Amino acid sequence: MAQHTRVAAEPFLHVADLSMRFGGLLAVDGIAFDVPEHEIFAIIGPNGAGKTTVFNCISGFYKPTTGSIALQGRNIARIGSHSVARRGVVRTFQNVRLFKHMTVLENLLVAQHAHLLTSFPAGLLKTRAYRESEQRAVETALHWLDIVDLREFANRESGFLAYGHQRRVEIARCMVTQPKVLMLDEPAAGLNPQEKRDLQALIRQLRDKHGVTVLLIEHDMSLVMGVSERILVMEHGKPIALGTPEEIQGNERVIKAYLGEE
Amino acid sequence: MQPAGSGRAPAWRADLGPALISALLTVVLMLPVFGLHLQRAGAITIVVPHWQPVFWAALLVFVVQMLRPQIARLQLGRRIPRLPRPTLSSRQNTLLLWLVALVAVTWPFLAGRSAVDIATLAMIYVMLGLGLNIVVGFAGLLDLGYVGFYAVGAYSYAMLHHWAGWGFWWSLPVAGAMAAFFGYILGFPVLRLRGDYLAIVTLGFGEIIRLMLINLKSWTGGPDGIAGIPKPTIFGYELARRASTEGGTTFHQLLGLKYDSHHTVIALYLIGLFLAAVTLWFSNRLIRMPVGRAWEALREDEIACRSLGLNPTTIKLSAFTLGAMFAGFGGALFAARQGIVNPESFTFIESALILAIVVLGGMGSQLGVILAAILIVVVPELAREFASYRMMIFGLVMIVMMIWRPQGLLPAKRHVVEVS
Repeated sequence: MAQHTRVAAEPFLHVADLSMRFGGLLAVDGIAFDVPEHEIFAIIGPNGAGKTTVFNCISGFYKPTTGSIALQGRNIARIGSHSVARRGVVRTFQNVRLFKHMTVLENLLVAQHAHLLTSFPAGLLKTRAYRESEQRAVETALHWLDIVDLREFANRESGFLAYGHQRRVEIARCMVTQPKVLMLDEPAAGLNPQEKRDLQALIRQLRDKHGVTVLLIEHDMSLVMGVSERILVMEHGKPIALGTPEEIQGNERVIKAYLGEE
Repeated sequence: MQPAGSGRAPAWRADLGPALISALLTVVLMLPVFGLHLQRAGAITIVVPHWQPVFWAALLVFVVQMLRPQIARLQLGRRIPRLPRPTLSSRQNTLLLWLVALVAVTWPFLAGRSAVDIATLAMIYVMLGLGLNIVVGFAGLLDLGYVGFYAVGAYSYAMLHHWAGWGFWWSLPVAGAMAAFFGYILGFPVLRLRGDYLAIVTLGFGEIIRLMLINLKSWTGGPDGIAGIPKPTIFGYELARRASTEGGTTFHQLLGLKYDSHHTVIALYLIGLFLAAVTLWFSNRLIRMPVGRAWEALREDEIACRSLGLNPTTIKLSAFTLGAMFAGFGGALFAARQGIVNPESFTFIESALILAIVVLGGMGSQLGVILAAILIVVVPELAREFASYRMMIFGLVMIVMMIWRPQGLLPAKRHVVEVS
């Protein structure tokens, strides 16, 4: 119970004073936001605004120059990307990064590495615990392939899948790690309108049924406005607006940033 | 680049220039190797030019270059034919495996002593090849200092015997553990490096280990190494003419056989076969285990791995350590076979040879690596007459293989986890 109050008191995901400098370029400057649990939160902005840099800082690929990032009150900045992932923050990539020569199923098995029995003696001798662990991993993988509707492709080499399918495999691959926060970097890029509608439904479903908090970078406005509860708008590394879709749509600075002055 | 129009030169004219240049290059390359012979005349040594082989080689190259269009038309050697790989049912597979095992165990009793001895060496290289295959083939880490771990294994046994009187079987696990330990501590700082950088650093490590063995004279015997390393015992009985301890029983006395040094050779071969089989089984399991999948995934995309919570350093380190461990086992067996170890046996060329076995066999392909290891040990022995051309032929084979069959003799077939 004490635990519960603590979590409730602290923001679920807390980003404060985040900045990232590359040499002379200040790519991200003074970004701050809190995301409550189970929210779908989007970051938008023109190309080069620094959205992906923010993602890279949160997911641990960059060590931010200043600022702090905390998940449920625990610092996750500068602890290394794999540690961030183990704390339950996983992401997809702008240009899909599947293990192309491995099958779809194997992609989902690799992702569960941290949850598997990886002791050498157990694996070498195929102990019962090991076999059960592997069996569970396959079942989890198939469960998620059913959810993203790709079960029939389980044995296919993932690099040969259609682009839209690859994107869904990547999301499923994140979900088998049982994440708390799912970060999607332009998940709708390269999808056709039908696929975009499916994606929107999928993101909703992941939040509603599977309880993840979603962070989203996206250019497709109908998707962003349709699915997210709050939106952060960035321009030249700085935050220019933060609010609900309605607030953002009516915000003059945002309109200027997208359409240019005058 | 044929000039267009009516004044077009005949096709052979275009080939003339390159052919002449090739012939000239051949002369330049052949001259120091074959063209100049050293001859002893009493106390002095004189250089005698030897033009004939150079001339013939240049001519051969010239003719081949001129005939290239014709050769190309023949479509010969465009592709080295794929080795047949029939798909067997699992039952046939098991049967075949038993058959191979039976032949491997029984043939030394019918074969000559030197053949068995060479087969033992082949087994050592099979172990080394399979071990390096874990590092290079599975995990994709280019390790040019692998021989260092082989040396650690060999010296572990040699030193444990020399300083503490340990036998082979007690030393074997220690040799493996020591090599693995070295793999671990050397791997830790370098595994964040990638590709070429890693290769150079590991190359350095291999040399450092060798130089340490030379310079830690009071422990390792320096350049002379350590001699008098005994052969393994069998169930505690020595394989020697006479027991080394008073009142001890040797293996042949136990069985009531007449002493025959051939038996020692056979026993050593069988131990080698056993260890190689264990290595094969081990690496075969590894690639099917989560860590095997992680190696493969890491080879493909390290960033994606990290984003999913896989720690690249520990996963790479596990490959590096396990690979080193098998080198250690191989080293201990090598020390037992030779009876003497010295730093000479662990030069860079040995690392290159083991790497060649892995590449030639097909990276990640265990069957291919075994085949390549046996070929690389056995073929030079069969072709003893050509001993002086050995490295040249070796180089040639590597070039040909890399051009026409870069994936190796038996390309790795992925083990796929399938569901219905």
